[in-house]
Amino acid sequence: MFYREAGDFKTSYTDDSQTFPIKFDRYRYYVVLVVAFAVVPFVINDYWVNAVFLPFLIYAIAAIGLNILVGYCGQVSLGTGGFMAVGAYAVYKLMTSFPEVSIFFHIILAGGITAGVCVLFGLPSLRIKGFYLAVATLAAQFFLVWLFNRVPWFYNYSASGQISAPERTVFGVPVTGAETAPWAAYLFCLVFVVASAIIARNLTRGMAGRKWMAIRDMDIAAEIIGVNPLKAKLSAFAVSGFFVGLSGALFFAVYLGAVEVGEAFGINKSFLVLFMVIIGGLGSIFGSFAGAAFLVLLPVLLKNTLVGGLGWPTDLAAHLEFMIVGGLIIVFLIAEPHGLAQLWRVAKEKLRLWPFPH
Amino acid sequence: MPEQFIWGMEVFLNGLMAGVLYALVALGFVLIFKASGIFNFAQGVLALFAALTLVGIMEGQVPFSHLINAVFGTDVHHFGWTVPALAAILLTMLVMVALAWAVNQFIFRHLVGQEPIILFMATIGLAYFLEGFGDMMWGSDIKKLDVGLPQGINSVIDEVTYNIFGYGFFIDNLDLWATLVAALLVIALVLFAQFSKHGRAMRAVADDHQAALSVGISLKFIWVMVWSLAGFVALVAGIMWGTKSGVQFSLSLIALKALPVLMLGGFTSIPGAIVGGLIIGVGEKLFEFIIGAPYLGGATEIWFAYVLALVFLVFRPQGLFGEKIIERV
Repeated sequence: MFYREAGDFKTSYTDDSQTFPIKFDRYRYYVVLVVAFAVVPFVINDYWVNAVFLPFLIYAIAAIGLNILVGYCGQVSLGTGGFMAVGAYAVYKLMTSFPEVSIFFHIILAGGITAGVCVLFGLPSLRIKGFYLAVATLAAQFFLVWLFNRVPWFYNYSASGQISAPERTVFGVPVTGAETAPWAAYLFCLVFVVASAIIARNLTRGMAGRKWMAIRDMDIAAEIIGVNPLKAKLSAFAVSGFFVGLSGALFFAVYLGAVEVGEAFGINKSFLVLFMVIIGGLGSIFGSFAGAAFLVLLPVLLKNTLVGGLGWPTDLAAHLEFMIVGGLIIVFLIAEPHGLAQLWRVAKEKLRLWPFPH
Repeated sequence: MPEQFIWGMEVFLNGLMAGVLYALVALGFVLIFKASGIFNFAQGVLALFAALTLVGIMEGQVPFSHLINAVFGTDVHHFGWTVPALAAILLTMLVMVALAWAVNQFIFRHLVGQEPIILFMATIGLAYFLEGFGDMMWGSDIKKLDVGLPQGINSVIDEVTYNIFGYGFFIDNLDLWATLVAALLVIALVLFAQFSKHGRAMRAVADDHQAALSVGISLKFIWVMVWSLAGFVALVAGIMWGTKSGVQFSLSLIALKALPVLMLGGFTSIPGAIVGGLIIGVGEKLFEFIIGAPYLGGATEIWFAYVLALVFLVFRPQGLFGEKIIERV
C-alpha cells in the first residue's frame, strides 16, 4: 500500500541510481540508522551487547568481506579465520607499539595489513580455480594460525601465548579493555559496520564490482572483453581482506579482549563466516547482514529454549545446533540457492503490488 | 653410517605409513568425485560417523540415549550386550548403505545439474549435520576402538634393523596392517571398477551422465552404490584412525589432511590418491624432522601439506595424474 514507486519523481541521474530507489525503503533505511545510533545505545545492557549485538556487527563485517570474494568475484575462500587472525594480531602489535595513536587508526591499519596478506595468498588464484583454490586457501588458514602460535614476537613474548587488549579510549571513553561500557563498544563497532556497508555497496555497484562479477560469471570471457583478471581478482582479495581484517581486529580488541589464536580463529570460524554468506545470499550486502544475524541468533535462541526452557544439557543443545545449521545449509541450497536476500527480494516484489496483485 | 641419516630413514618409513592412512581417506573422495562430480567434503565426518557407529554397536550402546534421557527423564545407556567385531562391522556397513541412500534421496537428487560449487557447499552442510547427528546418536566422549588389530612396535623390523644399522626402527604394527589393508582395498576397487558389471556402469556414469542414462544405466542405483563404497572406505579409514588415536571429533579433521593429498594427486585418479598420500606423508614427516623441529619451532605438520600442494599446483594446476583442465568460452 505504501510500497510504491508511483509519485516518487526522480529529477536527476544521482536520484535515479541511488541505492534505495523506493521512498519507503529510503525512509526505512534512515529509521534503522536512527534507531541503531540514537535509541539502541540507551536501552541495551551487558548481556544483549555481548551475546547478540557485538557478534552480529562484527560477523556482519566479516561476511561482507567474504561475500565480496565469494559472492561477487567467485573465488571460494576457506581462509577467513586465518585472515581475521591477521587483523587481530596486527591491531595488537599496533596498539602495543604506538599507544599514543588512536585505536581508530590502528583498526583501519590492521585492515590494510590484512589486505596485503590476503593479496599474497590470493596470488595462486590466477592459476588455480574452483575447488583447488578453496583447498589452497586452507593453506593460509593453517599456516597463519601456526605462525601466530609459534613466533613469540607476535604475542609480545607473553608467557601464556595469548594476546589481550590494553585499554584504549576514543574521545575519552574506553572502547577496549575491562572498563568498557556496553554502549561504547556497541557504538564503536556500529560506526565501522555502517562505513563498511556503505563502502562495500558502492564498490560493488561501481566499475570494480562489475569487473568482479564478470570474472565470477566466466573469467575467460571477461578477459576477452577487457577485464584484467590479475587486477580484478587481486583487488577482490584486497578489499575482502580489508573488511575481514577489520572484523578480526574488532573481534579481538572490542569483543573478546583476550584471544588464543587456535581457539578464536580456527577453521571453524572460516566455515561459520562462509555459512553466513551462503545462508544470507551470495552477492548481496543485505544478505551478509541477514546471514550474520541468523547464525548469531540461532545458537542464542536454541540455548535459551533448549537449555533454559526444556532443561536439556548444553552439549546436547550444541549437537542439535550442528544438525540444524547443517540441515539449514542443505535446505537453503536446495530450496533457495540465493539465500535470505532472495526471499527478501521476492517479498519486496510482492509488496509493490499488494494488496491488488493485478 | 651417520645417526642422522638412519633416523631420517625411520622417519621416512613412518611417513610412508602415515601417507597410506591419508590415501585411504583420499580414496573415498576420488570415488565420489569420479562418479558424480561431487567434491565430498563430508568424507572425514563419514569416517568419524562410521567409527562411532562401530564402537556404539560393539558396546551395545543405546542410540540417542542422551536425547532420550534428557527428554523422558530416563537413565538408559547400554542394552547390556556386546557384539563381536566382525558382526559389528557388517552392521555398520548396513548403516552406511542406509546413509548413502538417504544422502541421495534427500539431498543430491534435488541438486542434480547444479554447479559443482553448490554441491560442494551442500557436502559441507552434510558434514556439519552428520557431526551433530553422530554425537547426538552415540555421545561425544572419546571412545576406544579395538577390533583386534595388533598394536605396538613390530619386533621383527626392530630386530632386523638393529642387526643391520645398530639401531632398531620403531614401526607400529597397526601401520603395517593399515598399509596391507589399503593395498588390498585399492586392488579390490580397481578390479571392481574394471571387470564387474556395476563397476563398468560406474565408470560409464563418471564419463557422461546422459550417455549412461541412455544405455539404460540407473543413475540412482549407481550413486547410492558409489556413496556406499565411499562409506565402506570411510569405515576402513575410521577403524584404522580410530584404533590409532581413539574415536573423537579430531578424526573428522583428517579429511582436511586428505584435501592436499587430492590436489597433489589429482581429483580424478585413484593411483593419484595413493601417490599423493605417500608424498604428503613422507614430505611432512621429513620436513618436520629436518627443518621444522630444529629451526621453526615444530608442529609444521599442520600446514606443510597445504603449502606443498599450493606451490605444486601453481606449476601444475590439475595435479600429478588429474585430467588436463581445458576451458572453453
